[in-house]
Amino acid sequence: MGLLFLAACSNKQSTEKKLPIYGEREPVTKTVNGKEVTDTVYHTIPDFKFTNQYGTEVTAKSLDNDIYVADFFFTSCPSICPIMHRNMLNVYQEFKNTPDVKIISHTIDPGHDSAAVLKKYADNLGVSGNSWWFLQGPKEATYKLAESYLTSVAEDKNAAGGLVHAGYFILVDKQKHIRGTYDGTKPEDTQKLITDIKTLQTEYKNNKTS
Amino acid sequence: MKFGIIAFLLAIIGSIVYSCQSEDKIEFMRYYSAGQALYKTHCQNCHGQNGEGLAALIPPLTDTEYLKQHRKQLACYLKNGLKLPILVNGKAYNGEMPPANLAPVEIAQVLTYVQNSFGNKANVHNIDQVNAELGKCE
Repeated sequence: MGLLFLAACSNKQSTEKKLPIYGEREPVTKTVNGKEVTDTVYHTIPDFKFTNQYGTEVTAKSLDNDIYVADFFFTSCPSICPIMHRNMLNVYQEFKNTPDVKIISHTIDPGHDSAAVLKKYADNLGVSGNSWWFLQGPKEATYKLAESYLTSVAEDKNAAGGLVHAGYFILVDKQKHIRGTYDGTKPEDTQKLITDIKTLQTEYKNNKTS
Repeated sequence: MKFGIIAFLLAIIGSIVYSCQSEDKIEFMRYYSAGQALYKTHCQNCHGQNGEGLAALIPPLTDTEYLKQHRKQLACYLKNGLKLPILVNGKAYNGEMPPANLAPVEIAQVLTYVQNSFGNKANVHNIDQVNAELGKCE
């Protein structure tokens, strides 16, 4: 009888959709109030410091209260970048008036893509305001950051350099955990990203009220 | 009897005309369908599935007037890329198109496809025309 009740309970929970948390995780045992407590520490996106298309400094802290989507591109990219940003424009249109959802696109060609070049690119794409930042920084720092997204993607993607080149969109929550990865060249994957962002928003809303 | 001969001759003339037309049509379809496949792999990422381009970054391929006026330069644009600012649908585009790295026959095929898609209509752009145009690239 008790089992039945338990099953019913867990059933109810599973109807409330939650996104998984990706990346390496490790159990950390701490002593809290004399009791041993084991907690799971998830992979988080480390701090960074870049410049956006307006010449303003952007750090991980600038995104502390935001759900955000990250990708890697360069403005003179002839292959997959246009289709990625054609798809990302749909994400932008959907959430540009939602203050806690942002998009950050890191250039992997900082030598060419100065803040001025990025501003022009944003203008031509029809992007204004502060919901989509195009970020420029030292190449090594950008690639290192890409790796921190990559470690999480690497689980199901064999190609290590794939993230940058395959055009992934990465969904990051307010705690800087990776909650989803999407093929940015596919419209249907982008649609899933939009749905997942909404799921994440609901998750935060429910947590607030409970 | 006389009437029968005239009808017979007419039928022959008719079938000759018809077979010529259908040969043109077959040539067109051959270029068009090969061009469609090439468009997907070489052009679609930037210019879009429906030739819609991308905001003010990448020009659309829907400007029939532009395509008509520049018909003889299109092959060179594909072969050598395009750097100059261009005016499409009344809007200026300043970007740069990289060379497409296609063989002349492929250029002919993809040009036939583009000039007959996205609301455009034109004759087949065949290999002979493309070869002649490529000889005159600036």
